[in-house]
Amino acid sequence: MVQTLEQTAARRRTRYAVIDCDIHTAPKKPEVLGKYMPERWRRHHEQFGGRGHAGAYYPRANLNAARTDSWPPNGGPPGSDLDFLREQLLDGWGMDYGIMTPLVGSGGQINLEYGAAHATATNEWQKAEWMDLEPRLRGSICVAYEDPELTVKEIERQAGDKRFVQVLLSARTAEPLGRRKYWPMYEAAVAHDLPVAFHFGGSGGGPITASGWPSFYYEDHCGMPATFEAQVTSYVFEGVFDRFPTLKIVLIEGGFGWVPALKWRLDRAYSKLRDEVPTLQRKPSEYVESHFWITTQPMEEPQNPEHFKRIVENIGEDKLMFATDYPHWDFDAPDQALPVRLPEEVERKIMAENARAFYKLA
Amino acid sequence: MATVDEIPPGGRKIVEVAGRSIGVFNVNGDFLALRNRCPHQGGPLCEGRVAGFVISDTPGVYRYSRPGEILRCPWHGWEFDMRTGQSWFDPKGVRVRQYEVAVAGASSLPPDARPAANPADMRAADEGDMAGLEKGPYVAETYEVTVEKQYVLVDVPS
Amino acid sequence: MTETVALRVDPKLTGGPVIDCDLHCNVPKIEALFPYLSDFWREYCTQSAFRGPVDTAYPKGHKTTARPGSGSPPGSSVDLLREQALDPWNVEIGILTCSYAIESIHNPDTAANLAAAVNDWMAAEWLDKEPRLRGTIVIPVQQPEMAAAEIERVAKDRRFVQVHMPARSSMLYGNRHFHPIYEAAARHDLVIQMHFGGAPGNPPTPSGWPSHYVEEYVGMGQVCESQIMNIIAEGVFDRFPTLRWVVAEAGWAWVPAWMWRMDKEWKGLRREIPWVRDAPSEYMRRHMRWTLQPVDPPDVIQFLRIVEEMGSDELLLFSTDWPHWQWDTPEEALPPDLPDELRRKIAYNNARAFYHRL
Repeated sequence: MVQTLEQTAARRRTRYAVIDCDIHTAPKKPEVLGKYMPERWRRHHEQFGGRGHAGAYYPRANLNAARTDSWPPNGGPPGSDLDFLREQLLDGWGMDYGIMTPLVGSGGQINLEYGAAHATATNEWQKAEWMDLEPRLRGSICVAYEDPELTVKEIERQAGDKRFVQVLLSARTAEPLGRRKYWPMYEAAVAHDLPVAFHFGGSGGGPITASGWPSFYYEDHCGMPATFEAQVTSYVFEGVFDRFPTLKIVLIEGGFGWVPALKWRLDRAYSKLRDEVPTLQRKPSEYVESHFWITTQPMEEPQNPEHFKRIVENIGEDKLMFATDYPHWDFDAPDQALPVRLPEEVERKIMAENARAFYKLA
Repeated sequence: MATVDEIPPGGRKIVEVAGRSIGVFNVNGDFLALRNRCPHQGGPLCEGRVAGFVISDTPGVYRYSRPGEILRCPWHGWEFDMRTGQSWFDPKGVRVRQYEVAVAGASSLPPDARPAANPADMRAADEGDMAGLEKGPYVAETYEVTVEKQYVLVDVPS
Repeated sequence: MTETVALRVDPKLTGGPVIDCDLHCNVPKIEALFPYLSDFWREYCTQSAFRGPVDTAYPKGHKTTARPGSGSPPGSSVDLLREQALDPWNVEIGILTCSYAIESIHNPDTAANLAAAVNDWMAAEWLDKEPRLRGTIVIPVQQPEMAAAEIERVAKDRRFVQVHMPARSSMLYGNRHFHPIYEAAARHDLVIQMHFGGAPGNPPTPSGWPSHYVEEYVGMGQVCESQIMNIIAEGVFDRFPTLRWVVAEAGWAWVPAWMWRMDKEWKGLRREIPWVRDAPSEYMRRHMRWTLQPVDPPDVIQFLRIVEEMGSDELLLFSTDWPHWQWDTPEEALPPDLPDELRRKIAYNNARAFYHRL
């Protein structure tokens, strides 16, 4: 399709160090994960595969929702080839580190035991085929988050390997994430000083909006902040942070422009309705400011650059962490993504230093 | 930069000219050249998919025209009219650098004999359909391409 | 025992008469609707002991539902409405809404007949008694053809200026399924009022049911965000270019961030929704308005910044939201240090321009 006479391997440079907090590495084929499963589950994996909540799929903008230029020349889907990942991303942008957030759907499996086996396999695969081979990569512990016991088991199994920097969930869950069902997971996470991250997507079993199913991928994709807002609201009002004062939450790929208005709305509602949640010890905005870190992709693009600065100011320069979302089509390029020049120190923090501190990277 | 045979209708070639990456496309027999750099976040525009133009004035109706004349950035999918370099949503403000292209036979053609590019505005694709639409902010760079002796040449101003 | 203190509003706060775009009347008990129901339906309600729809949008005992002294039940007295809202605020026109949770009634005929009864009750018990009031047509949203018929029936009464659609629904409002409602509303120049509330039976979030009312209360912002996205993506305003839409009682500080996001994504995903020919934010500014309460921005500086970020000073419509208790002092309802022109736009001019049937 594309004939190239001379392809300039344009290696673009950024002003500051880059740490990418959202890289979707993917297995070359589904069978790959099967290799890391016990025989009983490998057979299940081959014959039945995943069973998530049907009816939650929208045709993506591109195949695999990927940049059309991210298909590895040696075959396999985008994000499946380490050499190409190095070329297009880690080396291509001179990155210090990249955090893997595999979207293989372990947590969305309705067969919870299969989901747990799938999660373990995904975590073993992250080690064997990525982190063991590439020192710049870090991993996320995938878990069958709808089952507290199986989730805790997996966290215990993987937490000793410090290359795993967080526990990974999908944003749409069966219950709002502040609910008690998920508290054993938080307990295990804080015991090992692991943040809990939730990422764009997933399916909790219900429609993806409060009023049913949208018709278009545009809405599935663009409407994601509504899911994030509801989750943040749940964490706040369920008193999760009173129970787990050291718990840290990462919001991945939900955007961040909505955060200031939500903080105001939470505070105002709390001032009127605090009788319903009398044991809460702090104002909602304080919980948001203390316990949430947020990745930058998809970058906000207000027309007026001043408006962007207000958002960064409100959220705080220590809380935003750059991410590309490679290899997805809505990828943010490290040298172009920030829509406005911020003070040098702030840019350094957003592009790398916040993540370096948060994830305890060298 | 290439022979005419190398770029059949629907085909393309990405070349480096004077330090710039440029995509040369054969769109229904016309040669068009665009800079291989999206004005949004610098993505490799010319590696994107080529498509037709679709517009509508009411839900459920899809008016499709100009197959093969719209280039979609492989990253965020922004659409550019390959004939003008203009983005769909903001033809004046957002465009890609366009280079002039012409095809010549065995002997050189005089400059004014080059076939005119046909920069039909995407928004006028259907008669009367696009009247009054807002123009948008981004343009992809387009370049002049001349073809001599069955070769496709791209004119890149310094 | 609470005392009601007579509300005093400094006239400088509003700078003149106001149009209050979100006032509430409540059906005190189902018997109040009996004069407006047929024999069959009266008997149906009585013998099935159907006490009226139940929803959790407004917990009965809490002050956000009703400030103390606002009636028994709250919102059932024209006199109290005058005393606590219309007179102190110098309301020239007050738009009344009745949130009766018709959408929660699964029997389509019960829904349609109750809706009609509520509209007749509103006309007789409220609009007839207080000339400053205008009405909102209640419809069975879940049955668009029947809803359109009700709109036709009631639209003849020019005192009705808008159509009530609760924010939460079983199907997103952009769906073509709802076109008969928009066709009728547009033809009669009625505004669509998408209002806090709705009990369709779906979980209130994409991740199930939250434990607390306060989460649902906050969540109405997200509910409206998803609805707006769908209305625009589905081309409701392309299909009905004269249709106007008010978002009531769900806040508005969240609007700019959603405008930015919807515009950004539309640039790349436009092909899926090719009838959306302008930036989504343009549609929002052209076709939509937001009532003032609740005021989420914590001070006047943030208030003004959000107005600026929304890209228009014509988008906010004054409301007290009586009898819901969203504010303690009038200054909390409307910041005192707004620029004069903006003050008058919010208090009066924006509503006057937007509601053609006033």
